Amino acid sequence: MTRRGYEGVAVAVPVTVPYVRYSTRGAHWFIGQALKRLLDASGLAKEQIDGLTISCFSLAPDTAVGVTQHLGLSPRWLDHIPNGGASGVMALRRAARAVQAGDADVVACIAADTNHVDSFRLMLGGFSDFSRDATYPYGSGGPNALFAFITAAYMARSGATRADFGRVCVDQRANALAAGSRVFSKPLTLDEYLAARPIAEPIHLFDCVMPCAGAEAFLVMSEQRARDLGLPFAALRASIERHNAFSSDPMMVRGGWHVDRDDLYAMAGCGPADIGFVQTYDDYPVIVLMQFEGLGFCRADEAPAFVRGRSTAWNGDFPHNTSGGQLSAGQAGCAGGFLGLTEALRQITGAAGERTVKNPRLGLVSGYGMVTYDRCLCTGAVILGEPA
Amino acid sequence: MTMPLMRPKRKNPVQRTRQMNVPPWARGRVALSLTAAAAEGRFELQLCRDCGRVQYPPREACGHCTSPRLQWRAQSGAGELLALTTLHHSNDLFFRERLPWRLGLVQLDAGPTVVTHLHGDVTAAPARVSVGARLDRAGRAVLIAFPPEETPHMADDPMLREMSCDPRMRKLLVTDGMTAVGQAAVRALVKAGADLVWVGHAEPWKRHGSGLDDIASLPQVTLVPLDLSNERSVTELAGEIGGKVDIVINNAEVHRGFGIGARRGTDAARAEMEINYFGALRLAQAFGPALKGRAADGVLNATAWVNVLSIYALANFPPHGTFSASKAAAHSLAQCLRAEMQPAGIRVVNVFPGPIDDDWNQNLPPPKLAPEALAKAIVQALRDGVEDVYPGDVAQEWLERWRDDPRVLQRELAAGG
Amino acid sequence: MNPMTTPNAQLLTQLAAALQGGGIEVVDLTQTLSPEFPQIALPPEMGQCWPFRIEEISHYDERGPGWYWNNFSCGEHTGTHFDAPAHWISGRHLPHGTVDTLPVQRLVAPACVIDCHQQAAADPDYLLSVADIEAFEAAHGRIAPGSWLLMRTDWSKRTDPEAYQNFDETGQHTPGPSSEAVQFLVEQRDVLGFGSEAIGTDAGQGFHLRPPYPCHYYMHGAGRWGLQCLSNLDRLPPTGSLLITPPLKIEKGSGSPLRVLALIAK
Repeated sequence: MTRRGYEGVAVAVPVTVPYVRYSTRGAHWFIGQALKRLLDASGLAKEQIDGLTISCFSLAPDTAVGVTQHLGLSPRWLDHIPNGGASGVMALRRAARAVQAGDADVVACIAADTNHVDSFRLMLGGFSDFSRDATYPYGSGGPNALFAFITAAYMARSGATRADFGRVCVDQRANALAAGSRVFSKPLTLDEYLAARPIAEPIHLFDCVMPCAGAEAFLVMSEQRARDLGLPFAALRASIERHNAFSSDPMMVRGGWHVDRDDLYAMAGCGPADIGFVQTYDDYPVIVLMQFEGLGFCRADEAPAFVRGRSTAWNGDFPHNTSGGQLSAGQAGCAGGFLGLTEALRQITGAAGERTVKNPRLGLVSGYGMVTYDRCLCTGAVILGEPA
Repeated sequence: MTMPLMRPKRKNPVQRTRQMNVPPWARGRVALSLTAAAAEGRFELQLCRDCGRVQYPPREACGHCTSPRLQWRAQSGAGELLALTTLHHSNDLFFRERLPWRLGLVQLDAGPTVVTHLHGDVTAAPARVSVGARLDRAGRAVLIAFPPEETPHMADDPMLREMSCDPRMRKLLVTDGMTAVGQAAVRALVKAGADLVWVGHAEPWKRHGSGLDDIASLPQVTLVPLDLSNERSVTELAGEIGGKVDIVINNAEVHRGFGIGARRGTDAARAEMEINYFGALRLAQAFGPALKGRAADGVLNATAWVNVLSIYALANFPPHGTFSASKAAAHSLAQCLRAEMQPAGIRVVNVFPGPIDDDWNQNLPPPKLAPEALAKAIVQALRDGVEDVYPGDVAQEWLERWRDDPRVLQRELAAGG
Repeated sequence: MNPMTTPNAQLLTQLAAALQGGGIEVVDLTQTLSPEFPQIALPPEMGQCWPFRIEEISHYDERGPGWYWNNFSCGEHTGTHFDAPAHWISGRHLPHGTVDTLPVQRLVAPACVIDCHQQAAADPDYLLSVADIEAFEAAHGRIAPGSWLLMRTDWSKRTDPEAYQNFDETGQHTPGPSSEAVQFLVEQRDVLGFGSEAIGTDAGQGFHLRPPYPCHYYMHGAGRWGLQCLSNLDRLPPTGSLLITPPLKIEKGSGSPLRVLALIAK
């Protein structure tokens, strides 16, 4: 059975609640700020939001439904998608189908997290059954050790050097500064990257994201509704999603995108060469390279050569993570899974202004998330483009 | 290459003593079975009885065929180290205080991929390794990748020393040196490299012919008065030496051979309870705090508390019925002690021997456990960092029968064995 | 006649005055009850006498903020203690043989003290002999009926419990009376009882005398009493002191720890 496309779906109104390193406010504050910005930017009244997805790790003991009462919403379609870096792709896919089916007219997709000084540590201890039983006791205090394993094995297999990862990070920092990110204030040089202190070898300081508080959000509605409201929008050309792919691989050597990427391009009617910019989920640079491979931009284990031959700056020949990605813009919890989407929307709708990439007409946003044991379980991707 | 343990310099007495922050101790219910097996020195994983797949992390249904029929089975631990890393950062206090710390990712020959601590002699990936389960300082099982063959000074690896309670270079208290078991334990500990063994003895006027003076002549041995029925004796000794004791071995006991009808009055049973149960309580109240306070005090930190119980603690042996009851009470209290010691990272080791080859078991037929064998089992348990020890054939057999069905064992013992 | 002015009433008044004024001294012959004080050790198959043990109930703390008190436990024969006739099989059927039924009139009684401390220092198994008694009487006069006979050995100065018990592989070695001496004291001198500084009224090797434990056997068999673990006997004159020896009034008790006091004239 061929999958139905996303005709008639519009994705619009990218908003970002500026990131701060630490906040004493609760997650509901950031969600509320995102909602307010969505309403202000779209001109909609709150009552016109009749669909809602919430992606948040710091909401407990609330879930999405608690947010409806907290913020005074009464949606007829609701989803709770706390899936980290895959949250954006998953929220968009669900919201699009709801709009197509008429189950909701305007869906607000919001990702937000607060960050207190002990948020990260407390979250890790209770993140999943398997991490509680089989990884957290080993002291890594997070996925650093696991991605160290993955990085070391990838380097041995592919010949990748730290400098290869470093080039990607340097470009992302330049992208973040150009986009006005306040998390870092100066460019990153390759020497600084290489000299940074080790965290879990071979991962060093600038391979790791900085947890923040913040929010990202967008609206999903019909194309007709977007035009009626006068909102610039992007069309959703294709999407894929997969969980627990390649579970028989003894460790992560390839991401789940390999399984479904042909479906992605077939649905969009294009190939990797047609993509004008790529937003990957960059929890660690090794995963960026593995997304280039998984999404068909190069072959497996050949990403090092791929990045050596290109510039991934926003104004380079392979624009990538054009607002800096999490590595330079910060990771506001689940909002990290939305960051690529809101930047893609800005690029496609012209909101990126002077930062617009050379070919903004078709972009790919990849999602990756949820390290519950020794690898991320969720992989996904969407292709967004200019409306026809 | 593991460096042999170096004797540390004397401690600077005006500096604060580092306290214990235990590693993460939360585990789900199913995962605790891994800990229960490691407490007895075994590495076990779940095996699906329907499809044969080995499972990890522990779970409620087979990850391959969804069958709920999962059974814990001993594992060889043979595997391939896929990758390793050295942590230079941790949010967890235990690891943060002990950085850098090495971890590995191993694919077991049995199938699953596991995260492990690394023995220092596992240096590069890929490599063959042998994975074992040990209890960490939180008293929970963790997996460790060892080199496949034994290497020199293997036990002195700093990571492994956090998992074990090696008596070497340490100072111990053996609470009763008047008995054969106590004297054998003292000799075994001295042989295992203990620096100092304080040996308790009560009623010193009874020492002639007891063997106490033979061990008193060992250079590592210091005799100390200790009567577990006397609260003041216990608290005074704790005040004098408690701050230096690294391992407490409570072997003091009163053992008589009576059930209910064979001896009128409660005085024999009281004497057993007074030492076996209340004595253990007094000892734990007096020595516990100092032991906990030194749980992270350098490489020769306080590390363990050993209770010499009896296999009769599990199921009453009617000919020694009141003794059995006192050991059952002591066992229950030992579980309480383990819970109270857990946050401090002190290992409580419970030893359940069958009948010892001594005076009070004279009328029992063999097999009986030689005091030297019990002593050896205690030293090995400390080296391996295990918690529950059942030394000797009788203990092993009774344990199997008890686990199979304690109600059946009760009736067998009532009928004479 | 005014009861306050009878000769005996005046005796009491004078005694009170002498006690207050210092002419009559009260000497404490009692060892302190403490957990360190040794108790009699029987073969392990037998029932044992409890040692003295004491534990706080509270000490001005969370267990009782305004007060200090203890619970203690011990046997009837722990520490400085009194043996009643019912304690021994030879006295089991005698009337007034338990501590609650003793004639209290006799709980204040004269004492004779025979000094064997040099002999005991030379020989821990020293047995007080009839000859020793005769030599004592030659110097100090005949032992009066109803007197305590106390054997001074200075054994109470052995403050190390091991030395006090004085065990070796053949058992305990402490001084006591010979079988003949006990029989003489009971039959020829009608003593009230026998008192020792050691842990028993009988010698440590008393099991090997004939009959075994002759002091217990003959004394209690004749309704007489025993005192053990006495101290300060070296402060008493050979004759003339008065002993005060009331045991606890335990129902059917065979003995009890007690405070033994002696009145001596200065």
